[in-house]
Amino acid sequence: MIGRETIADRVRADLFPEGEEANRAVHKRRRLGRVWRAIFIGSTAIAILILSILLVKILNDTMGLVAEQSEMPERGLLLAYDPGGATESLDDLAYDDLVTLYAANVSAGRCRAVEREQRFHADRFVCDDPDKLAAACASAAPPGACTLAPRDESNLRQLIRADVVRPRILATWNAIESILNREEILAEAAARFPDADVYFKSWLRWEFITSPQSSYPEIAGIRTAILGTLWVVAIAVAFGFPLGVAAAIWLEEYADKRNRLTGIIQTNINNLAGVPSIIYGLLGLAVFVRALEPLTSGALFGAVEAGTTANGRTILSAGLTLGLLGLPVIIISAQEAIRAVPPSLRQASYGLGATRWQTVRHHVLPNAIGGILTGVILSMSRIIGETAPLVVVGASTYITADPTGPFSKFTTLPSQIYQWTARPQDTFRDLAAATIVALLLLLLLLNAGAIYLRNRHARRLG
Amino acid sequence: MRDAVDFFLLPEVTLVEFLTHTIWQPQTGEFGVRPLLTATLVISAIAMLVGVPLGLFTAIYLSEYASPRFRATLKPVLEILAGIPTVVLGYFALTFVTPLLRSIFGDDVVKIYNMASAGIVVGILIVPLIAGLSEDALHAVPDSLRQAAYGLGATRMETSLRVVLPAALSGISAALVVAASRAVGETMIVALAAGAGPNLTLNPFQSAETMTGYMVRISGGDLSYGSIDYRSIFAVGLVVFALTLILNVISGRIVRRFREVYE
Repeated sequence: MIGRETIADRVRADLFPEGEEANRAVHKRRRLGRVWRAIFIGSTAIAILILSILLVKILNDTMGLVAEQSEMPERGLLLAYDPGGATESLDDLAYDDLVTLYAANVSAGRCRAVEREQRFHADRFVCDDPDKLAAACASAAPPGACTLAPRDESNLRQLIRADVVRPRILATWNAIESILNREEILAEAAARFPDADVYFKSWLRWEFITSPQSSYPEIAGIRTAILGTLWVVAIAVAFGFPLGVAAAIWLEEYADKRNRLTGIIQTNINNLAGVPSIIYGLLGLAVFVRALEPLTSGALFGAVEAGTTANGRTILSAGLTLGLLGLPVIIISAQEAIRAVPPSLRQASYGLGATRWQTVRHHVLPNAIGGILTGVILSMSRIIGETAPLVVVGASTYITADPTGPFSKFTTLPSQIYQWTARPQDTFRDLAAATIVALLLLLLLLNAGAIYLRNRHARRLG
Repeated sequence: MRDAVDFFLLPEVTLVEFLTHTIWQPQTGEFGVRPLLTATLVISAIAMLVGVPLGLFTAIYLSEYASPRFRATLKPVLEILAGIPTVVLGYFALTFVTPLLRSIFGDDVVKIYNMASAGIVVGILIVPLIAGLSEDALHAVPDSLRQAAYGLGATRMETSLRVVLPAALSGISAALVVAASRAVGETMIVALAAGAGPNLTLNPFQSAETMTGYMVRISGGDLSYGSIDYRSIFAVGLVVFALTLILNVISGRIVRRFREVYE
């Protein structure tokens, strides 16, 4: 027999344990709690640390000391051309002077090849022979000079820098070591490259953004890639936005939700959002580049640019592919925005005798537009950074001419980064880092613009 | 996908060979997808090894430990990490993680292009994905459960790990499966850091090409339509697509079947 008090004691001892053993248990639990807490904080700190290392690493690569040596310094070149020394830089020379300067400083063969690629003057020849060019134009593979407009000043300055001045970067150092070990690097550079000019160079300069692509890292720029990215994204949004919103309206407002087919479509859209982007690239390659080639190469509209056979690997194909890629995100977020519009609004509208379309057009859409635009922004920032589908669809890697329309060949910022990173030389890696910074800035800029647009809409309609 | 079917209709290709042969050289008639598949799986496994603890612990910290203000500042940081284009992470893998690994383990052990570097960075890529989705799941667990646990004298860690975590398990497992599918389909990081050239190996410090890496390399060059190379990328693409689709469907099933519904 156990007495009453004994039971009460036991219960109390179970609920409120006392003594050495209980204390130890509590301490152990607390200690374990602290350990886990440290683990949780630690992993969060690591995540932040990685992001910081990533940003520092990239910025570190975009600038630093370089040892540069020109085969023909610009200053000497100009003095030889104009002994009076009145011209300070190539920018001061007029177009005709630039042509003369160029022709005087390169071999006749190189000059002819360059002129055959694209003419200097529309009315006369500098190095090439009119008859030979005419013969070349009549051949099966006519050179660019037969169709392209003559070169311009910036193009010629680029040529002079690439072919005559020929700056060559012999070695590069990154920003942090350039600042910390400046003296040692200068001494080392002086010993290794006695004739070189050692200075602190930021790869991300204005000329870098405005110059076209080049195979020389010293003068290469990303204008072609920036324009390509803008074109592709514009087409993708122009294609994906109306289609995505229309699909969302149909699914939310028109489709019968009990219908099996609607359910299947909905599940498919959700699954499509998780399909890897490279699969979309394959889809684009099979459908847009190959099956719809007459449409995407512009042949259907007679818009094929002579001399450039893009074969359907055009901006239009890439834009449509990325449009498809962004579609699920747009549809899902537009659906959510439409669903968030209270049913009372719709009922009031119907009660006043409005048709279904009138209700959607005047009440549902204006109230959902903020959420819809957020979805578009989200899908746009995903699209800008996409590389894999573009490589598959055929972003050309070496394009020096700006894209002129949806049927041009193109390159984009991410594919440029990929190409430059894949090269083993350090200078190209630095170019890739500078391009990454430009891409991240563009991403930020477009997002900020789109957010501003959305807020303005939301305020006006709310 | 007709091109993938065309690939399997080629006289020299059989489905059995495709799945079991250990050499992948379409040009010389060796069609075994296993080297590519193995590389994909090894890299995904490394990625999950790196990404799951980091992402999950970060989610627990954000949801259960961090003050609301810290949480409000940290979530955008994770979103930035999630918004970084993968080609940028590929650059990071090749120019930072690979040299780091080589300096730790030695240049002889670690190849310039290796699966470990790619795997680690893919892991970094999926951290924000896991953290974001898991945090949502943890946050959705009603407060009454936590209060009940505290009322019974549980410490914060016991509450987090033994009460909240099991309650949010369906959302978290779905997040992990989605992350795995993302790792399998990831392309640019592996194309830059894991190397070109199929190689059947389990050693993470060796270079080996994944399925996605193969597709990028082949389509980056001059590709003539209807060639074996052209068809082979569609066949490999089909495998990647099937793999990720299965993972995504599983994730959807988990959410629907095991969701704990609280009022």
